[in-house]
Amino acid sequence: MTTNLVQKNEKKTNLRNRLAAGILLLVAGLAIILLFGLNNKPGLYTTFRLTPQGDKNVIPIPDLVLPVQPAIYILAIVAFFVGGWQLARGIRSTGILAGVVAFCFVAAFLIWAARDNSMDLVGMMNTSLVRATPIALAALCGVISERTAVINIGIEGIMLVSALASVMVATLMHNLYAGLIAGMLAGMIVAGLHAILCIKFKVDQIISGVAVNIVGTGATSFISNRYMQVHAEQLNNSGVFPNIPIPLLVKIPILGPVIFENNLIVYLMLILVAVIFVLLFYTRWGLRTRAVGEHPKAADTLGVNVYLTRYVNVILGGLIAGVGGAYFTIGSVGRFDKLMTAGKGFIGLAAMIFGNWNPIGALGSSLIFGFADSLQVKMQILKTPIPSEFLQMAPYIVTIIVMAGVVGGVHAPAADGTAYEKQ
Amino acid sequence: MPPVLELRGITKYFPGVLANDAIDLSVEKGKILALLGENGAGKTTLMNILYGLYKPDKGQIFINGEEVSIHDPSDAIARGIGMVHQHFMLIPVMTATENVMLGVEPIRNGIFLDKARVAKRILEISKQYDLEVDPQAYIGDLPVGAQQRVEIIKVLYRQADILILDEPTAVLTPQEVEGLFKVLRSLVANGKSVIFITHKLKEVLAIADTITVLRSGRVVGTVNAKDASQEKLASMMVGREVNLVVRKKPASPGAVVLSVKDLYVRDERKNLTVNGASFDVRAGEVMGVAGVQGNGQTELVYALTGLAPVVSGGISIMDKPVRHSSPRDILERGVAHIPEDRQRHGLILPFPVRDNLVLCTYYQPPFAKGLALQQKVIIEMAGKLVDQFDVRTPSVFVPVSTLSGGNQQKVIVAREFSRPIKLLIASQPTRGLDVGSIEYIHNRIIEKRDEGTAVLLVSPELDEIIALSDRIAVMYKGKIVDILPAAKVKKTFLGLLMAGVKPSEALQEAPATTQETEVERVF
Repeated sequence: MTTNLVQKNEKKTNLRNRLAAGILLLVAGLAIILLFGLNNKPGLYTTFRLTPQGDKNVIPIPDLVLPVQPAIYILAIVAFFVGGWQLARGIRSTGILAGVVAFCFVAAFLIWAARDNSMDLVGMMNTSLVRATPIALAALCGVISERTAVINIGIEGIMLVSALASVMVATLMHNLYAGLIAGMLAGMIVAGLHAILCIKFKVDQIISGVAVNIVGTGATSFISNRYMQVHAEQLNNSGVFPNIPIPLLVKIPILGPVIFENNLIVYLMLILVAVIFVLLFYTRWGLRTRAVGEHPKAADTLGVNVYLTRYVNVILGGLIAGVGGAYFTIGSVGRFDKLMTAGKGFIGLAAMIFGNWNPIGALGSSLIFGFADSLQVKMQILKTPIPSEFLQMAPYIVTIIVMAGVVGGVHAPAADGTAYEKQ
Repeated sequence: MPPVLELRGITKYFPGVLANDAIDLSVEKGKILALLGENGAGKTTLMNILYGLYKPDKGQIFINGEEVSIHDPSDAIARGIGMVHQHFMLIPVMTATENVMLGVEPIRNGIFLDKARVAKRILEISKQYDLEVDPQAYIGDLPVGAQQRVEIIKVLYRQADILILDEPTAVLTPQEVEGLFKVLRSLVANGKSVIFITHKLKEVLAIADTITVLRSGRVVGTVNAKDASQEKLASMMVGREVNLVVRKKPASPGAVVLSVKDLYVRDERKNLTVNGASFDVRAGEVMGVAGVQGNGQTELVYALTGLAPVVSGGISIMDKPVRHSSPRDILERGVAHIPEDRQRHGLILPFPVRDNLVLCTYYQPPFAKGLALQQKVIIEMAGKLVDQFDVRTPSVFVPVSTLSGGNQQKVIVAREFSRPIKLLIASQPTRGLDVGSIEYIHNRIIEKRDEGTAVLLVSPELDEIIALSDRIAVMYKGKIVDILPAAKVKKTFLGLLMAGVKPSEALQEAPATTQETEVERVF
């Protein structure tokens, strides 16, 4: 008798989970209708431009024109349908559910926000990629560092230092490439400091990372106030890397203007993601890196030099974060302002975790954050009735939602955050 | 021909300890040498020196008659020495192939790992030595026995001629031990030499050619396995006559102390692992719970000690229901608990010995006055317990993590036995301990029983259950299938019950009892 009771309880729990997920979907559908579906005058259209205005490189394709009311209803119905299916049958993958909800909601929001107007969808996707660039580079720095079990929360500080170094050197030498190299070197030096503290002196990695951030923000703010702003013409005026359209590829509709018409640093980021992915999973360096992060003692007993591997990776991470720092100045505005990284280093760490310590995953999650950022800019231009302060919170809110809700199935390197003590 | 490996006068000091004192040792080609000794006798230190993990302070190492110096593991590997560590050096999220190739990765096309070549070589090795392994399997998905085979392949892949196995059987089931022995025999038949480190006498006699016994860092003697006996080896190891038999007076059971009725408990994965268990334990008796590991014993103990919630059923201790009580309420009722995983549930490893000794009582006078701990009283009490329970520790101020397993267990026993207790719940109290410590803990448990404490003993070691218990409850799939008087029960009968045979059928296959009165404890 007791056994039956227990089995009944078990069934109840399953049913409860299924009901909860289904009801959540129905609520999302309802929210789509309530927030975006009411008060729309009939006959309104939203135009999504798929060819950037005045871009002669790309083969033009027609714009996407959607009737507002029906489109929002259709998206709401999709959410309702998936919710109903979930209630009746149950869908295993929570990833699919989250994806469907997110897509329906964001699409409905865009259609509503740009109603009776036209929106440059391709431009927005391009902005997402550009805004994701420093986040992805920060995440990549985190990935190769933490894969050897050294946590680096000092990426924010590293990026600030290299942002400053790159614009200063570029201005002084009148050469953007020299600035980029200076940014990389600065990143390597600051990361090297973190590496020595963590690996040689076995300082707690979080404390060392916090120290790097404090030194980075303090020193750059000081130099900025004292010199960069005062002698802006001589020190803080470098110009930026120009956009380089890639021949042929840039002609592809949508993809061309989004990916193949960017500046050097964006290309560099995409190349680094691909290269590090291959290196990490298909080469000797990658195997040893992962082994050191998972079980340093095992690696040591097989003759792998744990300390050397960690130094190499942390400093290499500094180089990548240095590229990310250079993006803020010589890759985007051509001048340094204090605290200009605005938490992108920390968002990069969130992207690394959400991307499961995998370069490709880190890029994917960086794009989500980049999209939230570009959406915010777009909404201010479109004059939606949402206060701009709230819109500016978007990337950070997305970070919190992602960290709180979706993360859970990820696996950190087993030894992450622990110093290795050789006997 | 010189021996494959010879050690002469190896000496190693650790701060305050002489871990190895002028050790001489030699291994012949194609033979198995067993290195026997209690925990802390210096076996593992010696092997870590040989493998380049520690530097010896004195002494020479000869391989095939030629003196060598070994600075780090890669030196050892290059000299043909391979080590299978007690705690496997495997990375659970990687495949067998990746684990085997780590450190000596073959490369194709300039930079890419050549996994196919390694996988092929693994299959060749596994065929040659009868080591069944799937190169593509992830280590985390493999049972412990298969993980050990990967470790052995890892060593053979590096073309080792001398294999060191550190306590290889500690984590294996009896069937897996048989499999390991088969592999070792085929290794020596192929001309490899093996050093087998252990403290289990039975295994040494079963597998070794020669046996070198270590005690407190010194070689006590080297004997041929053929001429050795368990008693002789045990006394060499411990340094005095060891009583291999638990002597005890007949029990005089009193009132029911612990009563369990129709108990249902879930494990961490939410499976029902205790499935309607019922039994009583009386004052002054030892109730042994026998069963193959994983039949709900762990969760039963968790439920009794308040560490896991009860789904349904009743537990009462001295006529008071404790089903919803907190662990502290339960221990304040006079329950002592020796947990199965002493490092996880029994001790706070980074805390000093003195604090671990008062973990159950620190908040009560005389150890606490208001909000303040009375350090003086605690230190005094700790010193007394360390003497009384013979805990070998440099002082009561060192972290308990620095003690050997046996001494950690003694700290738990000292803490639990120093309170007035009515019920002792001991889960695998001698797991991983050496002969001397086992003898000590067994005698203490019997002492408590004779003082009138009710004892619930849970152990997968049938010999231990039979030696200590007055009654034996056999647990199978979360139920108590039968309760028998221990004095005359037969091991084969218990074995059948543990395997799930119904008591009535088991009776036909094997008689339930014999006339044995004293049961020999086997290690």
